[in-house]
Amino acid sequence: MVGTVVFFIFAIMAIAAAWGVVTSKNIVHSALYLVLSFLGIAVLYVLMNADYLAAVQLLIYTGAVAIMIVFAVMLTLRGDVSESNLSNHNWGWGALVATAVFVMIALVTLGNTDWRVLATPWTSGGSAADLSLLLLTQYMVPFEAAAVLLTVALVGAVILAKGVKVSNESK
Amino acid sequence: MNLSNLSNLSVGLSTYLLVGAMLFSLGLYGVFSKRNIIAVLMSIELMLNAVNINFVAFNRFIWNQKVDVHYILNGHVAALFVIVVAAAEVAVGLALVITIYRNRQTTNVDEFNWLKW
Repeated sequence: MVGTVVFFIFAIMAIAAAWGVVTSKNIVHSALYLVLSFLGIAVLYVLMNADYLAAVQLLIYTGAVAIMIVFAVMLTLRGDVSESNLSNHNWGWGALVATAVFVMIALVTLGNTDWRVLATPWTSGGSAADLSLLLLTQYMVPFEAAAVLLTVALVGAVILAKGVKVSNESK
Repeated sequence: MNLSNLSNLSVGLSTYLLVGAMLFSLGLYGVFSKRNIIAVLMSIELMLNAVNINFVAFNRFIWNQKVDVHYILNGHVAALFVIVVAAAEVAVGLALVITIYRNRQTTNVDEFNWLKW
């Protein structure tokens, strides 16, 4: 089956790239691996018939977020770039906890027979039109709250990064 | 082998959940172990993406076929809100990183200890 092959190619690519993000010693390489991981996840969205989310993933994550991270790396880089992303002395505990969490989730996932379902044919949408109907009726209040959150966050980010100048009136 | 079978996948729900669990665990490891705060932010993005995969996978595999077709995309909407919050988080987070770097000339989280006495 084409879908299975495509799934495993891109799922393995996403996981391998995520492994590269957390193990690479050069933070620029980490940022580029992060883009690769986001791309693999976008393909998984396409396989799950979430067309609009795949487009949003490509635009926001591999576009905006990745560029912002690369810019922040550029603005804060000092010293040797090949040792810009080292692990701290707690990495052993981190590996232990992360492995324990993964084993626990895997046991729950594989042990729950209700979740061992195969895909039924998908008759619903997943396009922007289908999502917008839901966003503007059932989820209208969270949608507006998200709009306010984005505005406040972006204004706050500008103020934090640029600093506030004391105007002449307040002197 | 025609391309219309592409959406007709035979990969089950638990496989998607395992992919999400792996990405989440890798992100968790990155949050615990990385020294550069931008790498910590990248790991948080990985974890949020893993959660999004789970939302969309549950929406794709466990859905009620009796409901009107336009009202079963709740998982997609949840994933969309997660993406919005992640975008806001990365914007504010990176602004904080740049501000801290301007004041302290460092991005090492081990040196962010001036609230410790």
